[in-house]
Amino acid sequence: MAASLHLSRLNRRRLAIFRSNRRGWWSLWIFAAIITITLPAEFVANDRPLLISSDRGWSVPVLATYAETDFGGEFETEADYRDPWFAELIASQGGWILWPPIRYGPRTVNFDLRRPAPAPPSWDNWLGTDDQARDVTARLIYGFRISILFGFCLTLLSSIVGITAGAVQGFFAGWVDLLMQRFIEIWQGMPTLYLLIILASLVEPDFFWLLGLMLMFSWLQLVGVVRAEVLRARNFDFVRAARALGVSDGTIMLRHVLPNAAVAALTYLPFVLTGSVAVLASLDFLGFGLPPGSPSLGELLGQGKRNLHAPWLGLAAFLTLALLLSLLVFIGEAVRDAFDPRRTTAKSAP
Amino acid sequence: MKAHALVEVRNLRKHYPVRGGVFGRQRDTVRAVEDVSFLLHAGETLGLVGESGCGKSTLGRTLMRLEEPTTGDVLFEGRNLASASAAELFTLRRDVQMIFQDPYSSLNPRITIGEAVREPLDIHRLGSADDRRARVDELFEAVGLSPKVQERYPHEFSGGQRQRVGIARSLALRPRVIVADEPVSALDVSVQGQVLNLLVQLQRDLGLTYLFISHDLSVVEYLSDRVAVMYLGRIVEIGRRRSIFSAPAHPYTRALLESVPIADPRKRRDRVPLQGETPSAVHPPSGCAFHPRCPLAAAVCRGEVPALESVRTDGDDGHLTACHRHEEI
Repeated sequence: MAASLHLSRLNRRRLAIFRSNRRGWWSLWIFAAIITITLPAEFVANDRPLLISSDRGWSVPVLATYAETDFGGEFETEADYRDPWFAELIASQGGWILWPPIRYGPRTVNFDLRRPAPAPPSWDNWLGTDDQARDVTARLIYGFRISILFGFCLTLLSSIVGITAGAVQGFFAGWVDLLMQRFIEIWQGMPTLYLLIILASLVEPDFFWLLGLMLMFSWLQLVGVVRAEVLRARNFDFVRAARALGVSDGTIMLRHVLPNAAVAALTYLPFVLTGSVAVLASLDFLGFGLPPGSPSLGELLGQGKRNLHAPWLGLAAFLTLALLLSLLVFIGEAVRDAFDPRRTTAKSAP
Repeated sequence: MKAHALVEVRNLRKHYPVRGGVFGRQRDTVRAVEDVSFLLHAGETLGLVGESGCGKSTLGRTLMRLEEPTTGDVLFEGRNLASASAAELFTLRRDVQMIFQDPYSSLNPRITIGEAVREPLDIHRLGSADDRRARVDELFEAVGLSPKVQERYPHEFSGGQRQRVGIARSLALRPRVIVADEPVSALDVSVQGQVLNLLVQLQRDLGLTYLFISHDLSVVEYLSDRVAVMYLGRIVEIGRRRSIFSAPAHPYTRALLESVPIADPRKRRDRVPLQGETPSAVHPPSGCAFHPRCPLAAAVCRGEVPALESVRTDGDDGHLTACHRHEEI
């Protein structure tokens, strides 16, 4: 009981420090708002309506696939909801169609453009279209979501691998440390981006392939700081005291060493996260990332470079990426401060 | 000495390899603790003094088996700490505990002081949850802290208060011997007195036996029943406090005592300051390690390592010194 009471008190202090960092606090809210919009991207930007009321009753095209004949049309293929003819068909039945705010999916091609793609922003395409006549707003929303998901997955996996490896090195020291350290030095010397490009051209990269490939290198960012903290902690008197009291090695590691090392690792996590987002964007930019046609910030950036006469492409991608990275860094800084034990306790001292 | 010997340290050595070169071959050896033997009697305080780097802290840690001894025995009531298996060591830990020097690094900053004091009870599974809670309260009161502050974290306390927490933690298992490694050196002088008085009071109440390691002669004089003087890994003189302080038999002890400053600017001593530097423990001087700095050094001092022998010829009072020429002092 006492333990949980404590934790909540400490966490309240951390929250207070986090909130006192205005920039981080606002960034968190903006980020949360963007996440709320982009996570359910299918309900925000889609070429299938959310709800249709017709002769056959309610239909939910966003979740299910219907043939055109289901609505009294002619073909057995999937209904083309964006066709004006389809809207008339439903209207003639006295029904209605509820669309998402953006009537384009990430791969929907706008065939009604009055000028060759890429088309500039209009009422129909808020941020214009890319060079394959796809809506930029829709692609940004989906691209943002995949960047974030990729970043979080990679950060989680690399902190698990990195902290474990660093702890093993620092705790066993000696030959284990020496061999792993030499391996890490060689591994770190590799030109990461080139290797990723080569590896990405050997396999057909998808989300999980890219995650695995990047994990091979991203854990290195954390291993050094964890190893140093664990090595340092071995000589702390509280670790000696624990050994003198008969506390086992495993408990010393989990209770006394790792929690102190984890804060140092935590200060690196925002940079691992922004790094992952940036690397994914660069691979996509170079064309070695997610499969062709996938919505992604890097791919849009690449289009911007190829279509300098259509500045809305490059600007949209650049501004989104810059906003995302800045928000993450600001939030990361605030989190880091909140977990700093000196700050957590300094203000509450009697 | 009729008192019963609780701890017997026999020929304890702790050597550290100095490695170098590409393949990490052993180049040299640091003889941090070299052939140390002494007895610790039940209920007494043995003060261990020496300059920094003389190996007194290493001796304390090796005795606790926080460092593996190179050779030698540490017998606690016949059970050997130096060669105990992990399970034996675990039970021995209840009887022999340690207080650390730096109150800022001896407490985990992420664990409340209550949890820190409670940890040994949990690890050794002593009593029920209620028993443990009551015991922690009792320990806090014993060291002069309010049990109400248990839920706070170490940085909310001063050095002296933290040291009290450290003392409470080391008392949790009801040990009989406590190795106190410079427990007051990191504290302000005013706080030092309070903590020393607490240690004295706890000794009286709980019948503790202390090995009190310090470089501060006045602290050792205040607290100790017997005093051991260490120089370069060896004990060079050991005996009752009074005989050590009034009639030091080793030239090093005399030099140490003369170097204690007097807090009175008008009083001056015509002292002969120690010449030269402490020699390296990697390449200790031949014979008596103190001979290069000793005003009485003779040929025999360069050749032979002096053994600890009784100072008094008219009956043994336990005052031993390792000096070839102590009779001439």
